[in-house]
Order: sequence, then C-alpha cells, then structure tokens
Amino acid sequence: MSDHHPTGIMRWIKTTNHKDIGTLYLWFAFIMFLIGGSFAMVIRAELLKPGMQIVDPLFFNSMTTMHGLIMVFGAVMPAMTGLANWLIPMMIGAPDMALPRMNNWSFWILPFAAVMLVSTLFMEGGGPAFGWTFYAPLSTTFAPKSTDFFIFAIHMLGLSSIMGAINIIATILNMRAPGMTLMKMPMFVWTWLITAFLLIAVMPVLAGAVTMMLTDRNFGTNFFNAAGGGDPILFQHVFWFFGHPEVYIMILPAFGVVSMIIPTFSRKPLFGYASMVYATAAIAFLSFIVWAHHMFTVGMPVAGELYFMYATVMIAVPTAVKVFNWTATMWRGSLTFETPMLWAIAFVFLFTIGGFTGVMLGVGPADFQYQDTYFVVAHFHYVLVTGAVFAIIAAFYYWVPKWTGHMYNEKLGKTHFWLSAISVNVLFFPQHFLGLAGMPRRIPDYALQFADWNFVSSIGGFVFGASQVFFLFIVIKTIRGGEKATDQVWEGAEGLEWTIPSPAPYHTFETAPEIK
Amino acid sequence: MSQAQGGYYLPGPSHWPIIGSIGLAFLLGGFAHFLHGESDIYMFIGAAIMMIMFFGWFGTVIRESQSGKFNDQVDMSFRMSMVWFIFSEVMFFAAFFGALFYARELSIPWLGGAGNNAMTNELLWKGFEATWPSNGPKHVGGAFKTVDAWGIPAWNTLILLTSGLTVTWAHWGLKKNNRSQLILGLFLTVALGATFVGLQIHEYGHAYEHLNLKLTSGIYGTTFFMLTGFHGLHVTIGAIMLLVMLIRSMKGHFTAKHHFAFEAAAWYWHFVDVVWLGLFIFVYWLA
Repeated sequence: MSDHHPTGIMRWIKTTNHKDIGTLYLWFAFIMFLIGGSFAMVIRAELLKPGMQIVDPLFFNSMTTMHGLIMVFGAVMPAMTGLANWLIPMMIGAPDMALPRMNNWSFWILPFAAVMLVSTLFMEGGGPAFGWTFYAPLSTTFAPKSTDFFIFAIHMLGLSSIMGAINIIATILNMRAPGMTLMKMPMFVWTWLITAFLLIAVMPVLAGAVTMMLTDRNFGTNFFNAAGGGDPILFQHVFWFFGHPEVYIMILPAFGVVSMIIPTFSRKPLFGYASMVYATAAIAFLSFIVWAHHMFTVGMPVAGELYFMYATVMIAVPTAVKVFNWTATMWRGSLTFETPMLWAIAFVFLFTIGGFTGVMLGVGPADFQYQDTYFVVAHFHYVLVTGAVFAIIAAFYYWVPKWTGHMYNEKLGKTHFWLSAISVNVLFFPQHFLGLAGMPRRIPDYALQFADWNFVSSIGGFVFGASQVFFLFIVIKTIRGGEKATDQVWEGAEGLEWTIPSPAPYHTFETAPEIK
Repeated sequence: MSQAQGGYYLPGPSHWPIIGSIGLAFLLGGFAHFLHGESDIYMFIGAAIMMIMFFGWFGTVIRESQSGKFNDQVDMSFRMSMVWFIFSEVMFFAAFFGALFYARELSIPWLGGAGNNAMTNELLWKGFEATWPSNGPKHVGGAFKTVDAWGIPAWNTLILLTSGLTVTWAHWGLKKNNRSQLILGLFLTVALGATFVGLQIHEYGHAYEHLNLKLTSGIYGTTFFMLTGFHGLHVTIGAIMLLVMLIRSMKGHFTAKHHFAFEAAAWYWHFVDVVWLGLFIFVYWLA
C-alpha cells in the first residue's frame, strides 16, 4: 500500500495517521511543558528571596494560574494522549485509531485553545490570576475581562479531550486483533481505557462549571451568588467533581507506562496483572466519590467531612496494590538499569511519597492545618512531576527507539535522569517543611522565617528547569541520528509493538496479527 | 486519497478538521469579543465557517457511506462513539441538575439557617426564610410566579413522548423497506419537535412578560432557564439531525440493514426525551 499523503506542513495539518497525530501531540505537549516551565521559573525567581523583586503581585498570580492550567491541560494530558495515539493501535494490533479524521480534529483544536489561553496574559486588565482552580467569586465578580477568553479556551480543550477519549474507547473496544481478549491487553491499554471513561464522564462537568461562570459573569445568573440563593461553594463542588477524577486522568496512564517498563527491565512478567486491572478500576470508581476532600475547610456538615475523609483514605488501598505489584515484579528479577528503568523506579519511590502526603491531607482534622499551604503544593508536585511527568519521560526513553529507529545516548539519558531526580527533590522536598511551618500558597512574598528553604527550593527549581532544556537537546539529537535500534529494542520487552520494524512503518497491522 | 485496509476503512488526509478548528476559534473568541462590547463580526464569521465545515465533513462521510466503504466493524466504531457522546451529554446536564438539587436541598436551607448555619441566617441574611421556589435572600429580580406544570409543559411532555413513538414507527418502516412509513414517521417527528420548540419559546415569552420569571430571577430563574434552555437547544440540534435524515430518506439513502446515521439521530432524540422527563418532574412539577 503506497503512502500517498501530502508533504511538508500540509502532511501534519491534514494527517489522519495515528503516528503523525501522536507525534504532533507529543511535540505540542513538550512545547507547552517548556512554556509552563518558564512560568514556574518566574515563580521560583520571585520566591528566591523574601520581598518583592521581579514581578508585581497580580502578574505573579497570573503566573501560578497559567503554570497550573498549561501543565495540566497543555502538557500532561496531551502528552498522555500522544502516547495513546502512538502506542494503543500498535499494542492491540489495529491498523489505526477507530476514527482517524476526528483524531486529527482532537489534536488541532489544542493549538488554537492554547493560543487563546496564553493570549489572556497580554489583554487589558491582565490574565486570569485566580489560581488554576478558578474559584468563584474570584473568577466571576472579581476577575478581569480576559476571563471570558479563558472560559472558551477551557471549552475547546474539553471538546478536544472528549473526542480524543471517545476515539480511544472505540479503538480499544472495537479494533483489537482477533484473540486479544480484554484480560490479555497490555496494562498501558487498560489504564487508558479507564482514563478515557473518566474523561468522558467529567470533562462535560467542567464545561458545565465554566458555562455557569460565563452566565454569572455576563448574563446575570445566580449560580454562585448567595444573595440570589446560589452559593460560591457550589462552584467548588462542581469543579472538584471534575477535578478529582482529573488528577487520576493524569496519573492512570502513568501507572500504565510504569507497568510496561518495569517488567521489561526485570525480565519478568508483571506481578498480579489481574489485580492491577481491578486496582485501576477501583481507583477510577473512588475518584468520583471523594471530591469534597479538597474542601474540608469550607464549612461542610461534619457528616460530610467524615464521609469524604473515610472514602478518600480508602484510595490508598488499590494504590498500594499497585506499588506492591511493581515492587514484587522487580523482586528476584534479573534487573538492569537503562534510562527508562531509572525513571520508572524513581517514579515508584517518589510517587509513593506523594501518595503518603495525600493520605495525610485526606485526614480531615489534619487538613485544617495543611489546607492552602506549601505542603499541598509539595504533595501534588510529587504526584504530578515525579509521578506523571517522570512516567512520560520514561515512556519517551522506552519507546523512542521504536518511533525513530534510533537509540538515545545512554550516557546523556542517565545524566538527564540524575540531574532531574536530584534537583526535583531539592525543589519540592523543602516545600513540605515550608507548608508545615505555615507558608501559604499563591503568594509573591513571605515572612522571613521561610527564607532559607525557599532559597533552596528555587535553586532546585532552576536546575530542574535547565535539565529539561537539556532533555530537549537529547530529544532532537535522538531524532536526528543515533545507534540503529533493533526491532525488539529491549532484551526483555514483550508485546506487539516490539514485533514490527524500528522505526515503525507509516502503516502497521494492515492485516491483524494472530494473538495466541 | 483513501485506503481501505484489511477491510476497515481509513480515511485519507482531510482539510475539514483544521477548518473546524479555525471556525471554532473564531466563533468562541468572537463571542468573547462581542461580550466585551466589541464587534460581533468575528462570531458570525466563525459560525459561517463551522456551517461550511459541518456540511463538508458530514457530506464527505455520507458519500463514503453511500459508496459502501463502511463495513460492520466501522459501523460498530460509529455506534460506540455515538453512545459515549450521548453519555458525555448526560454528564453535561448532570452538572446543571446537580446545581438545581444543591440549591434546593442545601444552599437555600443553609441561607435560612438550617443545620449548623443559624448564625449565617442571623448575621448575614436576617429574616430570610428558606422556601422553594426562591430568588434568594435579596430577592434578586423581584417577585415572580412559576410556570404551571399542567399547562404548556404537560402538552410538551405529550408532544415529546409522541415524537418518540413516531420516530420508532419510522424506524420500523425503514427496517421493512416501507419508504412512505419512514418518511411520514420522520416528518411527524420533526414537526412535533418544531412544535415543542415553538411552544417553549411561547412559554418563555409568557414567563418574561406576565410572570416576571427571568434568567436573572435568583437561583430559581437561573436553574429554570439554563436547564430548559440547554434542553431546548438540544431538541433543536436533534430536530436538525432528524431533518437531515428525512432529506436523506427522501433521496433514497439508507437500507433496511445499513442505516447507522438514522439510528444515531433516533438515539439522540430519545436522549433529549429522557432529559425532558427529568425537567418536567424536577423543574416544573415539583416547583
């Protein structure tokens, strides 16, 4: 079958090929990661020393807001969808995604939404400065005009996510090669199936939340106005009904990636495959019924506090099943420590730290102390940076030989790993101390007793940021050349994607493979 | 430009998605621009581009379908996608129903001092008694009356339920190759849908002019108009889908075995029907 597709820029704009679209998603995510990261550098530079040095407070708040929104909606989610696009058809033996044209639209909405979102920074009155959670009334009564553009950017991002998720579910349920039963699917495919379900369930709720904001702001509705019988707290309920599943949307595919990498470099099958599947489903189910643990201090009835506390702490059970399974996979394995494995092991260690602080925050009475402090910032950066982002980077090193046909440079990869793994802990670990000592989130200046750890944290931040620019260099270098990769790439690798040539041809599995 | 691989039809490169993205950015960006008191021209340009995109994209899909490119597996992808799309719509409505239930069961009673909120009422909203319907302690929008459930809303319930029957009758006609039954059934369904929307617009006029019930009438007016408004929008979308199916039926499209598009439109129609039942009970009847 000849590949008659346009060349140059039109190839990328008009493509319906899952590998092209996967590449687009991954590059988009990386560019947004660097933009969101540069905003983080502004934040850490301002917090390097007490006092106001570099930016004014409003702009500082815009930076924290945009950093969060861009990293969540622009970097982590598109990167995971990029991996899904590249890998799911190859892993299940499908010729492409189920709906290739809609797949293109899912991607090409993103750059327009991102431009709309970032452009708010240059509008009159400044960009949104109410934090990535955009609580009412900060985001309704007291927000700048640019907020309406922010609302529509969220609508577009949601549309893209819903279409992408529908496509992934249809692909997984309808396009598997004959013989690949659900319980034979690679773990990455399982985690994405469940993630896609979460996306379809909660992105429309986010659309509802921003629509209520839009009408409260422009058409005189009273959703979040107590004088009219509404309630600003209603916003938080609607937002976190989306927001809690959203954090699992970002971490479940990361679980999938790690569940692929650890068996390869342990040269053992994944320990407890079935329990991994059930644990993923259990986490997804629990994610719908715990949202108000983000709101312990809003004045809920005590029964509500207790219920949300117990339900939340229960999440530790299926999550621990996963951590134990990864550990048991490595137990007595014939381990080697190539770069992807280093990132995966770091994921298991550091994500677990984030998980533990999550249990601490889930305990209602203790949360009254931690609420809105840097302890929360440290917690979610451990799960999202050393969790989701580390898994994405691990996935890059693991699958890039299949994508490009070139091995990355092992020495450079390991340098990138150690620079990142050390600096990220210098960056985020002290933030636990700052939070426990009472330093609040989202402030450009702080009391003098917080100066030392902020200085340390900022230095860690700058090194971590520079390490990711170094990563950009490694990515470009690997695409341009490198040692030729074999088809199987890794000695211990199993799965359909390792049976096809490296680099993967433009079309794969035009005839479905046999699964025994 | 297209290849059929292993029987599963994979469309070739397409310009429709990027046109859709440009149209969407113009439509939504232009709407925000318009809300800020600026020109509305970009919004209309965006709407026009979106219309062109929908005609072009769906037209392409219809031609592909008519030329027999879609096998059973492709058909199954479409079916799954439509089911999950409708589920996403269900969740969108769930957010607004959630707001309604939250206001009725929690925020209004709390403003009235229920639970541990005695001081909220005493210090902030003294004298406010929790009732439903309510426009809040400040009586935002002034005194209003509610729409009588057993007037137009009851007729509208009958109309939508009947339209659910006529679309099923049309489907039976399609399945036994009875074209006239298919076309008549679809025509009746679209006509009933249009009647529903017309009556709804009439009811809105009545509410604004005679009941002083407005979008701005506190939380009651907010939830009433947002829920029924989004539902009315979805009825309109569903009626347009069915109208397209009617035109395609008259052109001789669809076979007794192969008519996914018809079924998708019918599923969507049943979905708006079920949402209406929720609205009739919780917004009109139990007001």
